[in-house]
Amino acid sequence: MLLVVAFTIAARANHAFLDFAYLLDTTSLHAETALMALGMTLVIISGNIDLSPASNLALTACIVAKLAAGGLSAGLAILAAIVIGGLLGAVNGALVAYGRLPSFLVTLATLALYRGGAQALTGPASVKVPNALTGADQLLIGRIPFPLIVVLVVAIVIGVLLHRTIFGRWTYVVGMNERAARFSAVPVAAVKFWCFTLLGALSGLSAILLLSRLQVARYDHAHGQELDVITAVLLGGASLAGGRGTVVGTMLAVALVAVVRTGMGLAEVPTDYQLAVIGALLVGAALATGGLEKLAGWTRLAREVS
Amino acid sequence: MTKLLRLGIAAIAGIVALGGLGCSQKGGDTAGTPSSAGKPAGGKLRIVYIPKSSGNAYFDDVISGFKEEAAKVGADFTTTAPATSDATSQISFIKDQVQLGVNVIAITPNSPDALNATLDDAKAKGVIVITVDADLDKNETHRVVAVLPTDFTQVGPGQLDTLASQLPNGGDFAILSATHDAPNQNAWIEGMKKALTDAKYAKFKLVDVVYGDDDAPKSTTEAEALFAKYPNLRGIISPTSVGLAAAAQSLDTAGGYPGGPHANPAGGIVLTGLSTPNQMKKFVEKGVVAKFQLWSPHDMGVLACYLADGLKSGKIKPDEGVEVDVPGLGKHKFGPKGVITAGPMVTFDKSNIGQYNF
Repeated sequence: MLLVVAFTIAARANHAFLDFAYLLDTTSLHAETALMALGMTLVIISGNIDLSPASNLALTACIVAKLAAGGLSAGLAILAAIVIGGLLGAVNGALVAYGRLPSFLVTLATLALYRGGAQALTGPASVKVPNALTGADQLLIGRIPFPLIVVLVVAIVIGVLLHRTIFGRWTYVVGMNERAARFSAVPVAAVKFWCFTLLGALSGLSAILLLSRLQVARYDHAHGQELDVITAVLLGGASLAGGRGTVVGTMLAVALVAVVRTGMGLAEVPTDYQLAVIGALLVGAALATGGLEKLAGWTRLAREVS
Repeated sequence: MTKLLRLGIAAIAGIVALGGLGCSQKGGDTAGTPSSAGKPAGGKLRIVYIPKSSGNAYFDDVISGFKEEAAKVGADFTTTAPATSDATSQISFIKDQVQLGVNVIAITPNSPDALNATLDDAKAKGVIVITVDADLDKNETHRVVAVLPTDFTQVGPGQLDTLASQLPNGGDFAILSATHDAPNQNAWIEGMKKALTDAKYAKFKLVDVVYGDDDAPKSTTEAEALFAKYPNLRGIISPTSVGLAAAAQSLDTAGGYPGGPHANPAGGIVLTGLSTPNQMKKFVEKGVVAKFQLWSPHDMGVLACYLADGLKSGKIKPDEGVEVDVPGLGKHKFGPKGVITAGPMVTFDKSNIGQYNF
């Protein structure tokens, strides 16, 4: 509903907003956030958090750009990005699941480690990406930008995984009550490990999209984007306490943030206000979810009493 | 779960359908032109200037130049800027402005190459791109002209000379720069290092180059670290307005300037650099900073806006050797690769600082 409201306001504020080719084109700016948010949804539902995906993206982008500049073919580069991203995610997963360390701590460390690694690898300079890898954001498939297709396909895959498979059910159970999950023979550690690894692989995929869009790799790519990603997932109704969240919610939230940002950009709202609006949205969403839950709790109580 | 999944598929299908619908509506437009929604009203020239980030007094002065000249040539002028000066933070702003239908984008790029693809896209839609204050090094084909503040090769040597003129006996000095990869900063630092090899600077030694990221608290910390680390430091050059103001404030607080209450045994630290007169006035009057330099950001705005108008109407061709005569600003000549400079450096001190207001 918020999305519809935001869309209407944006369209009213500036007629340049209602140009679908343009709207579709701007989705490629948010594709990376969407992909990482999908992975983050799994991690948050499992009761953990990952602060490192944007750093993972930067490191993966730098490594892959170096490899590609060294002659690696485009197909292998894409594969390498997903594998490297996945491995970096697996490091988080292993430390959290098997090392039994708090995810906030682990990923706060890898947030700095991966970003630092990228900087150590490339220094302050940009690494040029070979032409074979660039231009995916300009590629249209049936008039829909390629990055949007990637996001939609991944959304469906993650949606099926989360809402239709035993792995998805385990993820919710682990997030809801880890002890109970353990007693019910749910492979708790493996579930956590694979959630982080998946998010890592999606960060790697995002790295490819970003490289393709910007044509250069830099250590400060996607700087601070982990906050956008976490914002989208929480705005989409997931709970940091775990056990709650949906793919649809996350996707709608990414779309909402994208619409609000694009709308405000076209209306030339100063950037400081834009940040404030996004922050207010998050607070509003948190209050609304909390409020609704309380309300539901009361009605249930009332019903039980009567 | 099933319900949610169905909802998800429905939503996705909806988005796709929306996309398809939008595109079929767009079918009437001629391919390759900006959308009809964003066409300028009444054929008036529309110029936007995108500085590195918002809230920087230096760029406010460029903006004032743009406004002045835009009123003269009868153009619509707007300005917008990202909150941070990250390499990629300007991308969405460029896209938005292209969509809004501007004719000319003047930009002070945050990166020499991260904007390439976005600028090409703007160019393909008929927008003229002018860089202001910094060029796209080695990527000059992605813009039409570059309006640079002054002959950059003279900035480094000029800064060193300003320092040396105050230190007849030489000494150790350090540089407080902006970010690691700011192209202009690095070019100037190289210029200083090169000039330093001259025999007349034999008694000077560059001991450190630190980076304050054009962030006041970080610059203050870096300046204070320099005071502490080098007890015999004689000079600091900060070729960035944020850095110089922060260093001047720290030096004032510490009392470490020559003749200050806590000047180091070597004779105190001579601070100089690049900044605007308004930002440095109080430090010059107090004697914390004796001399500093700058070009006129205001004139850069005027020149860029004049060129925007001339390029759009086709009156100006940015070829090497072409001379343009800007009313009130004098004659300026294009160098190679469409580079044009706004004027020579000005050295500010107690005697002349009162005459400037920017």
